[in-house]
Amino acid sequence: MTELVNIFVKGIFIDNMIFAYFLGMCSYLAVSKTVKTGVGLGAAVIFVLGITVPINYLLENYVLKEGALAWLGDDFATVDLSFLSFIMFIAVIASMVQLVEMIVEKFAPALYGALGIFLPLIAVNCSILGGALFMQERQYSTIAEATSFGLGSGVGWFLAIVAIAAIREKIKYSHVPAPLRGLGITFIITGLMGIAFMSFMGIEL
Amino acid sequence: MAETVTVEEKEPLFSKKNRQLLIDPLNDQNPITIQVLGICSALAITTQVKNAVVMTISVMFVMMAGNVIVSLLRNGIPDRIRIIVQLVIVAALVILVDQVLKAFVYDVSKQLSVFVGLIITNCIIMGRLEAFALANKPWPSLLDGFGNAIGYGWVLVVVAVVREIFGAGKIFGIQIIPDAVYAFGYMNNNFVILPPMALIIVGIIIWIQRSKNTALIESH
Repeated sequence: MTELVNIFVKGIFIDNMIFAYFLGMCSYLAVSKTVKTGVGLGAAVIFVLGITVPINYLLENYVLKEGALAWLGDDFATVDLSFLSFIMFIAVIASMVQLVEMIVEKFAPALYGALGIFLPLIAVNCSILGGALFMQERQYSTIAEATSFGLGSGVGWFLAIVAIAAIREKIKYSHVPAPLRGLGITFIITGLMGIAFMSFMGIEL
Repeated sequence: MAETVTVEEKEPLFSKKNRQLLIDPLNDQNPITIQVLGICSALAITTQVKNAVVMTISVMFVMMAGNVIVSLLRNGIPDRIRIIVQLVIVAALVILVDQVLKAFVYDVSKQLSVFVGLIITNCIIMGRLEAFALANKPWPSLLDGFGNAIGYGWVLVVVAVVREIFGAGKIFGIQIIPDAVYAFGYMNNNFVILPPMALIIVGIIIWIQRSKNTALIESH
Protein backbone atom coordinates (compact mmCIF):
# COMPACT_ATOMS: atom_id res chain seq x y z
CA MET A 1 0.00 0.00 0.00
CA THR A 2 2.74 2.46 0.92
CA GLU A 3 4.40 1.57 -2.39
CA LEU A 4 1.27 2.73 -4.25
CA VAL A 5 1.11 6.00 -2.32
CA ASN A 6 4.82 6.55 -3.02
CA ILE A 7 4.37 6.08 -6.75
CA PHE A 8 1.39 8.42 -6.71
CA VAL A 9 3.20 11.20 -4.85
CA LYS A 10 6.30 10.71 -6.96
CA GLY A 11 4.21 11.14 -10.11
CA ILE A 12 2.77 14.42 -8.84
CA PHE A 13 5.84 16.17 -7.50
CA ILE A 14 9.15 14.54 -8.35
CA ASP A 15 8.52 13.21 -11.85
CA ASN A 16 6.05 15.93 -12.73
CA MET A 17 5.09 15.58 -16.39
CA ILE A 18 5.43 19.29 -17.13
CA PHE A 19 8.27 20.47 -14.94
CA ALA A 20 10.55 17.45 -15.15
CA TYR A 21 9.83 16.08 -18.64
CA PHE A 22 8.01 18.86 -20.58
CA LEU A 23 5.31 16.45 -21.72
CA GLY A 24 2.07 17.93 -22.96
CA MET A 25 3.63 21.38 -23.27
CA CYS A 26 1.74 22.25 -26.44
CA SER A 27 -1.72 22.02 -24.93
CA TYR A 28 -0.34 23.34 -21.64
CA LEU A 29 0.67 26.58 -23.35
CA ALA A 30 -2.35 26.81 -25.63
CA VAL A 31 -5.11 26.19 -23.10
CA SER A 32 -3.76 27.89 -19.98
CA LYS A 33 -5.12 31.37 -20.69
CA THR A 34 -7.88 31.07 -18.08
CA VAL A 35 -8.21 28.89 -14.98
CA LYS A 36 -11.57 27.50 -16.11
CA THR A 37 -10.29 25.94 -19.33
CA GLY A 38 -7.16 24.83 -17.50
CA VAL A 39 -9.24 22.90 -14.97
CA GLY A 40 -11.27 21.31 -17.80
CA LEU A 41 -8.26 20.06 -19.71
CA GLY A 42 -6.46 19.02 -16.52
CA ALA A 43 -9.42 16.91 -15.41
CA ALA A 44 -9.62 15.29 -18.84
CA VAL A 45 -5.91 14.41 -18.67
CA ILE A 46 -6.26 12.77 -15.23
CA PHE A 47 -9.24 10.82 -16.53
CA VAL A 48 -7.58 9.58 -19.71
CA LEU A 49 -4.21 8.79 -18.08
CA GLY A 50 -6.01 6.86 -15.34
CA ILE A 51 -7.68 4.68 -17.99
CA THR A 52 -5.04 4.28 -20.69
CA VAL A 53 -1.99 3.53 -18.52
CA PRO A 54 -3.49 0.35 -16.98
CA ILE A 55 -4.83 -0.80 -20.37
CA ASN A 56 -1.45 -0.29 -21.97
CA TYR A 57 0.11 -2.07 -19.00
CA LEU A 58 -2.00 -5.16 -19.72
CA LEU A 59 -1.13 -4.90 -23.40
CA GLU A 60 2.56 -4.61 -22.63
CA ASN A 61 2.63 -7.57 -20.26
CA TYR A 62 0.31 -9.98 -22.06
CA VAL A 63 0.98 -9.17 -25.72
CA LEU A 64 4.04 -7.08 -26.48
CA LYS A 65 6.87 -7.96 -24.10
CA GLU A 66 9.29 -10.75 -24.89
CA GLY A 67 7.69 -13.93 -23.62
CA ALA A 68 4.43 -12.12 -22.88
CA LEU A 69 2.53 -14.39 -25.24
CA ALA A 70 3.49 -17.51 -23.24
CA TRP A 71 -0.17 -17.88 -22.19
CA LEU A 72 -1.00 -18.82 -25.79
CA GLY A 73 1.17 -21.92 -25.60
CA ASP A 74 4.84 -22.88 -25.66
CA ASP A 75 5.28 -21.96 -29.32
CA PHE A 76 4.72 -18.30 -28.51
CA ALA A 77 6.96 -18.15 -25.45
CA THR A 78 9.87 -16.53 -27.30
CA VAL A 79 7.92 -14.05 -29.43
CA ASP A 80 9.00 -10.45 -28.92
CA LEU A 81 6.60 -7.86 -30.30
CA SER A 82 7.97 -4.87 -28.43
CA PHE A 83 8.87 -3.04 -31.66
CA LEU A 84 5.12 -2.69 -32.20
CA SER A 85 4.56 -0.89 -28.93
CA PHE A 86 4.35 2.67 -30.34
CA ILE A 87 1.64 1.81 -32.82
CA MET A 88 -0.30 -0.30 -30.29
CA PHE A 89 -0.13 2.33 -27.57
CA ILE A 90 -1.22 5.16 -29.83
CA ALA A 91 -4.07 3.03 -31.25
CA VAL A 92 -5.27 2.25 -27.71
CA ILE A 93 -5.05 5.91 -26.75
CA ALA A 94 -6.86 7.21 -29.83
CA SER A 95 -9.64 4.65 -29.58
CA MET A 96 -10.00 5.04 -25.79
CA VAL A 97 -10.31 8.79 -26.18
CA GLN A 98 -13.03 8.29 -28.76
CA LEU A 99 -14.79 5.73 -26.57
CA VAL A 100 -14.54 7.85 -23.44
CA GLU A 101 -15.91 10.79 -25.38
CA MET A 102 -18.96 8.79 -26.48
CA ILE A 103 -19.59 7.32 -23.01
CA VAL A 104 -19.28 10.66 -21.28
CA GLU A 105 -21.56 12.28 -23.85
CA LYS A 106 -24.22 9.60 -23.28
CA PHE A 107 -24.16 9.20 -19.51
CA ALA A 108 -22.81 12.45 -18.11
CA PRO A 109 -23.90 15.35 -20.32
CA ALA A 110 -22.87 17.90 -17.69
CA LEU A 111 -19.33 16.53 -17.55
CA TYR A 112 -19.31 16.37 -21.35
CA GLY A 113 -20.23 20.03 -21.47
CA ALA A 114 -17.22 20.79 -19.31
CA LEU A 115 -14.71 18.42 -20.94
CA GLY A 116 -16.24 18.13 -24.39
CA ILE A 117 -13.96 20.17 -26.59
CA PHE A 118 -10.86 19.06 -24.70
CA LEU A 119 -11.27 15.32 -25.09
CA PRO A 120 -10.32 15.07 -28.79
CA LEU A 121 -7.25 17.23 -28.11
CA ILE A 122 -6.00 14.68 -25.67
CA ALA A 123 -5.24 11.95 -28.21
CA VAL A 124 -2.31 14.05 -29.35
CA ASN A 125 -1.24 15.24 -25.92
CA CYS A 126 2.31 14.02 -25.38
CA SER A 127 1.73 13.36 -21.70
CA ILE A 128 -0.69 10.49 -22.44
CA LEU A 129 1.67 8.60 -24.73
CA GLY A 130 4.53 9.66 -22.45
CA GLY A 131 2.71 8.02 -19.54
CA ALA A 132 2.46 4.76 -21.49
CA LEU A 133 6.12 4.87 -22.54
CA PHE A 134 7.41 5.68 -19.05
CA MET A 135 5.26 2.84 -17.70
CA GLN A 136 7.00 0.56 -20.20
CA GLU A 137 10.47 1.87 -19.38
CA ARG A 138 10.08 1.68 -15.59
CA GLN A 139 8.54 -1.80 -15.61
CA TYR A 140 6.00 -1.56 -12.80
CA SER A 141 5.33 -4.93 -11.24
CA THR A 142 1.53 -4.83 -10.79
CA ILE A 143 -1.38 -3.20 -12.53
CA ALA A 144 -2.20 -1.31 -9.31
CA GLU A 145 1.21 0.36 -9.44
CA ALA A 146 0.71 1.28 -13.08
CA THR A 147 -2.71 2.80 -12.33
CA SER A 148 -1.30 4.72 -9.42
CA PHE A 149 1.48 6.05 -11.64
CA GLY A 150 -1.06 7.09 -14.31
CA LEU A 151 -3.28 8.91 -11.84
CA GLY A 152 -0.32 10.56 -10.10
CA SER A 153 1.08 11.89 -13.37
CA GLY A 154 -2.37 13.15 -14.31
CA VAL A 155 -2.75 15.00 -11.02
CA GLY A 156 0.72 16.48 -11.46
CA TRP A 157 -0.23 17.75 -14.92
CA PHE A 158 -3.50 19.16 -13.54
CA LEU A 159 -1.63 20.99 -10.81
CA ALA A 160 0.82 22.47 -13.31
CA ILE A 161 -1.78 23.77 -15.74
CA VAL A 162 -4.02 25.24 -13.04
CA ALA A 163 -1.05 26.99 -11.43
CA ILE A 164 0.18 28.53 -14.69
CA ALA A 165 -3.36 29.54 -15.69
CA ALA A 166 -3.83 31.38 -12.39
CA ILE A 167 -0.49 33.16 -12.87
CA ARG A 168 -1.33 34.10 -16.45
CA GLU A 169 -4.66 35.59 -15.35
CA LYS A 170 -2.81 37.84 -12.92
CA ILE A 171 0.05 38.70 -15.25
CA LYS A 172 -2.36 40.45 -17.60
CA TYR A 173 -2.31 43.35 -15.18
CA SER A 174 1.44 43.73 -14.97
CA HIS A 175 3.87 45.57 -17.23
CA VAL A 176 5.67 42.82 -19.08
CA PRO A 177 8.22 44.03 -21.69
CA ALA A 178 6.35 44.07 -25.01
CA PRO A 179 8.32 41.34 -26.87
CA LEU A 180 7.95 38.98 -23.92
CA ARG A 181 4.18 39.32 -23.63
CA GLY A 182 2.14 36.16 -23.97
CA LEU A 183 4.32 33.25 -24.95
CA GLY A 184 7.74 34.47 -23.82
CA ILE A 185 6.83 35.27 -20.26
CA THR A 186 4.89 32.01 -19.97
CA PHE A 187 8.03 30.07 -20.87
CA ILE A 188 10.11 31.92 -18.34
CA ILE A 189 7.53 31.52 -15.58
CA THR A 190 7.26 27.81 -16.34
CA GLY A 191 11.04 27.60 -16.06
CA LEU A 192 10.97 29.32 -12.67
CA MET A 193 8.18 27.02 -11.50
CA GLY A 194 10.26 24.08 -12.69
CA ILE A 195 13.15 25.29 -10.54
CA ALA A 196 10.80 25.44 -7.57
CA PHE A 197 9.55 21.92 -8.28
CA MET A 198 13.13 20.67 -8.38
CA SER A 199 13.33 21.14 -4.66
CA PHE A 200 11.15 18.02 -4.39
CA MET A 201 13.87 16.00 -6.06
CA GLY A 202 15.72 15.54 -2.79
CA ILE A 203 12.81 13.62 -1.29
CA GLU A 204 13.49 9.90 -1.14
CA LEU A 205 10.39 7.78 -1.60
CA MET B 1 15.78 31.99 -62.73
CA ALA B 2 13.39 29.09 -62.24
CA GLU B 3 10.81 30.80 -64.42
CA THR B 4 13.02 30.80 -67.48
CA VAL B 5 13.81 27.10 -67.27
CA THR B 6 10.33 25.78 -66.66
CA VAL B 7 8.23 27.97 -68.94
CA GLU B 8 6.02 25.12 -70.14
CA GLU B 9 5.03 23.97 -66.67
CA LYS B 10 2.01 25.42 -64.97
CA GLU B 11 3.95 26.12 -61.82
CA PRO B 12 7.72 25.97 -61.48
CA LEU B 13 9.15 23.63 -58.88
CA PHE B 14 10.49 26.47 -56.76
CA SER B 15 7.91 29.15 -57.49
CA LYS B 16 7.66 32.14 -55.21
CA LYS B 17 4.87 30.50 -53.25
CA ASN B 18 6.86 27.31 -52.78
CA ARG B 19 9.96 29.19 -51.70
CA GLN B 20 7.80 30.99 -49.17
CA LEU B 21 6.81 27.58 -47.76
CA LEU B 22 10.46 26.89 -47.06
CA ILE B 23 11.42 30.28 -45.67
CA ASP B 24 8.40 31.19 -43.55
CA PRO B 25 8.91 28.50 -40.88
CA LEU B 26 12.45 29.73 -40.26
CA ASN B 27 11.32 33.00 -38.78
CA ASP B 28 7.83 34.45 -39.20
CA GLN B 29 6.05 31.11 -38.85
CA ASN B 30 8.58 29.27 -36.71
CA PRO B 31 6.95 26.14 -35.34
CA ILE B 32 8.41 26.51 -31.85
CA THR B 33 8.50 30.21 -31.14
CA ILE B 34 5.42 31.36 -33.08
CA GLN B 35 3.12 28.41 -33.72
CA VAL B 36 3.94 26.92 -30.29
CA LEU B 37 4.10 23.37 -31.61
CA GLY B 38 6.40 20.51 -30.77
CA ILE B 39 7.80 21.86 -27.56
CA CYS B 40 7.20 18.61 -25.69
CA SER B 41 10.07 16.62 -27.08
CA ALA B 42 12.15 19.62 -28.05
CA LEU B 43 13.31 20.77 -24.66
CA ALA B 44 14.14 17.61 -22.79
CA ILE B 45 16.76 16.40 -25.25
CA THR B 46 18.68 19.63 -25.77
CA THR B 47 21.39 19.01 -23.18
CA GLN B 48 23.79 17.98 -25.98
CA VAL B 49 24.12 19.24 -29.53
CA LYS B 50 24.48 15.69 -30.84
CA ASN B 51 21.10 14.67 -29.44
CA ALA B 52 19.48 17.80 -30.86
CA VAL B 53 20.85 17.07 -34.33
CA VAL B 54 19.75 13.43 -34.24
CA MET B 55 16.30 14.50 -33.06
CA THR B 56 16.02 17.11 -35.83
CA ILE B 57 16.94 14.58 -38.51
CA SER B 58 14.42 12.09 -37.12
CA VAL B 59 11.66 14.69 -37.03
CA MET B 60 12.58 15.86 -40.52
CA PHE B 61 12.27 12.36 -41.94
CA VAL B 62 8.96 11.66 -40.20
CA MET B 63 7.53 15.03 -41.20
CA MET B 64 8.48 14.91 -44.85
CA ALA B 65 7.40 11.31 -45.32
CA GLY B 66 4.23 11.79 -43.27
CA ASN B 67 3.29 14.96 -45.13
CA VAL B 68 3.72 13.30 -48.52
CA ILE B 69 1.80 10.15 -47.56
CA VAL B 70 -1.10 12.04 -46.01
CA SER B 71 -1.14 14.43 -48.95
CA LEU B 72 -1.35 11.52 -51.40
CA LEU B 73 -4.16 9.94 -49.40
CA ARG B 74 -5.94 13.20 -48.66
CA ASN B 75 -8.92 12.48 -50.89
CA GLY B 76 -9.36 8.96 -49.56
CA ILE B 77 -9.30 9.62 -45.83
CA PRO B 78 -12.77 9.94 -44.31
CA ASP B 79 -13.00 13.11 -42.28
CA ARG B 80 -14.27 11.48 -39.09
CA ILE B 81 -11.38 9.07 -38.63
CA ARG B 82 -8.60 11.22 -40.02
CA ILE B 83 -6.84 11.68 -36.67
CA ILE B 84 -6.52 7.92 -36.19
CA VAL B 85 -5.34 7.42 -39.77
CA GLN B 86 -2.72 10.14 -39.35
CA LEU B 87 -1.57 8.70 -36.03
CA VAL B 88 -1.13 5.25 -37.54
CA ILE B 89 0.89 6.60 -40.48
CA VAL B 90 3.11 8.66 -38.19
CA ALA B 91 3.49 5.80 -35.70
CA ALA B 92 4.64 3.45 -38.45
CA LEU B 93 7.25 5.99 -39.60
CA VAL B 94 8.45 6.55 -36.04
CA ILE B 95 8.90 2.81 -35.52
CA LEU B 96 11.20 2.85 -38.56
CA VAL B 97 13.21 5.75 -37.14
CA ASP B 98 13.42 4.08 -33.74
CA GLN B 99 14.72 0.82 -35.17
CA VAL B 100 17.30 2.64 -37.31
CA LEU B 101 18.51 4.68 -34.32
CA LYS B 102 18.76 1.54 -32.19
CA ALA B 103 20.78 -0.16 -34.88
CA PHE B 104 23.24 2.61 -35.75
CA VAL B 105 23.52 5.10 -32.85
CA TYR B 106 22.55 3.00 -29.85
CA ASP B 107 23.95 5.37 -27.20
CA VAL B 108 22.04 8.36 -28.56
CA SER B 109 18.92 6.22 -28.80
CA LYS B 110 19.31 5.32 -25.09
CA GLN B 111 19.66 8.98 -24.13
CA LEU B 112 16.63 10.05 -26.15
CA SER B 113 14.69 7.22 -24.39
CA VAL B 114 10.96 7.82 -24.63
CA PHE B 115 11.33 10.98 -26.66
CA VAL B 116 11.79 9.12 -29.93
CA GLY B 117 8.39 7.52 -29.39
CA LEU B 118 6.98 10.89 -28.51
CA ILE B 119 7.67 12.15 -32.05
CA ILE B 120 4.31 10.46 -32.76
CA THR B 121 2.44 12.96 -30.65
CA ASN B 122 4.79 15.79 -31.49
CA CYS B 123 2.33 18.56 -32.20
CA ILE B 124 4.36 19.91 -35.13
CA ILE B 125 3.79 16.76 -37.11
CA MET B 126 0.09 16.44 -36.36
CA GLY B 127 -0.34 20.19 -36.71
CA ARG B 128 1.26 20.36 -40.15
CA LEU B 129 -0.62 17.26 -41.32
CA GLU B 130 -3.90 18.81 -40.25
CA ALA B 131 -3.17 22.33 -41.38
CA PHE B 132 -1.26 21.72 -44.58
CA ALA B 133 -0.92 18.20 -45.97
CA LEU B 134 -4.66 17.47 -45.83
CA ALA B 135 -5.36 20.35 -48.19
CA ASN B 136 -2.35 20.47 -50.49
CA LYS B 137 -0.53 18.54 -53.17
CA PRO B 138 2.43 16.27 -52.32
CA TRP B 139 5.24 18.57 -53.54
CA PRO B 140 4.25 21.67 -51.54
CA SER B 141 3.62 19.36 -48.58
CA LEU B 142 7.14 17.98 -48.84
CA LEU B 143 8.55 21.51 -48.87
CA ASP B 144 6.35 22.49 -45.96
CA GLY B 145 7.57 19.49 -43.98
CA PHE B 146 11.18 20.31 -44.75
CA GLY B 147 10.81 23.99 -43.90
CA ASN B 148 9.10 23.32 -40.61
CA ALA B 149 11.63 20.67 -39.63
CA ILE B 150 14.45 23.16 -40.26
CA GLY B 151 12.60 25.85 -38.32
CA TYR B 152 12.22 23.38 -35.45
CA GLY B 153 15.82 22.25 -35.80
CA TRP B 154 17.52 25.63 -35.54
CA VAL B 155 15.79 26.46 -32.28
CA LEU B 156 16.75 23.04 -30.92
CA VAL B 157 20.37 23.42 -31.97
CA VAL B 158 20.68 26.95 -30.58
CA VAL B 159 19.28 25.83 -27.22
CA ALA B 160 21.55 22.79 -27.24
CA VAL B 161 24.66 24.84 -28.10
CA VAL B 162 24.01 27.25 -25.23
CA ARG B 163 23.35 24.43 -22.80
CA GLU B 164 26.33 22.35 -23.84
CA ILE B 165 28.82 25.23 -23.81
CA PHE B 166 27.79 26.55 -20.41
CA GLY B 167 26.89 23.20 -18.90
CA ALA B 168 29.77 21.04 -20.05
CA GLY B 169 32.19 23.40 -21.84
CA LYS B 170 31.91 21.28 -24.98
CA ILE B 171 30.26 21.11 -28.39
CA PHE B 172 29.72 17.70 -29.99
CA GLY B 173 31.78 16.32 -27.11
CA ILE B 174 34.83 18.44 -28.08
CA GLN B 175 36.11 20.70 -25.37
CA ILE B 176 35.64 24.38 -26.24
CA ILE B 177 36.57 26.13 -23.04
CA PRO B 178 40.34 25.66 -22.55
CA ASP B 179 41.83 24.04 -19.47
CA ALA B 180 43.57 27.29 -18.54
CA VAL B 181 40.19 28.89 -17.85
CA TYR B 182 39.26 26.01 -15.55
CA ALA B 183 42.62 26.32 -13.82
CA PHE B 184 41.76 29.95 -13.22
CA GLY B 185 38.73 28.85 -11.19
CA TYR B 186 35.99 28.70 -13.85
CA MET B 187 33.41 25.98 -13.28
CA ASN B 188 30.78 24.42 -15.50
CA ASN B 189 27.32 25.69 -14.70
CA ASN B 190 25.43 22.49 -13.89
CA PHE B 191 22.27 24.51 -13.57
CA VAL B 192 22.08 24.95 -17.34
CA ILE B 193 21.84 21.18 -17.77
CA LEU B 194 18.70 21.02 -15.61
CA PRO B 195 15.31 20.96 -17.37
CA PRO B 196 13.97 24.40 -16.30
CA MET B 197 16.83 26.28 -17.98
CA ALA B 198 15.74 24.99 -21.41
CA LEU B 199 12.44 26.80 -20.94
CA ILE B 200 14.15 30.00 -19.92
CA ILE B 201 16.52 29.84 -22.92
CA VAL B 202 13.59 29.40 -25.30
CA GLY B 203 11.88 32.29 -23.54
CA ILE B 204 14.93 34.44 -24.25
CA ILE B 205 15.03 33.34 -27.91
CA ILE B 206 11.40 34.42 -28.21
CA TRP B 207 12.26 37.72 -26.56
CA ILE B 208 15.11 38.43 -28.99
CA GLN B 209 13.09 37.34 -32.02
CA ARG B 210 10.11 39.48 -31.15
CA SER B 211 12.11 42.56 -30.34
CA LYS B 212 13.66 42.30 -33.82
CA ASN B 213 10.32 41.63 -35.47
CA THR B 214 7.79 43.79 -33.68
CA ALA B 215 4.89 42.58 -35.83
CA LEU B 216 4.91 39.34 -33.83
CA ILE B 217 4.27 40.93 -30.45
CA GLU B 218 1.09 39.70 -28.78
CA SER B 219 -1.30 42.16 -27.17
CA HIS B 220 -1.59 39.80 -24.23
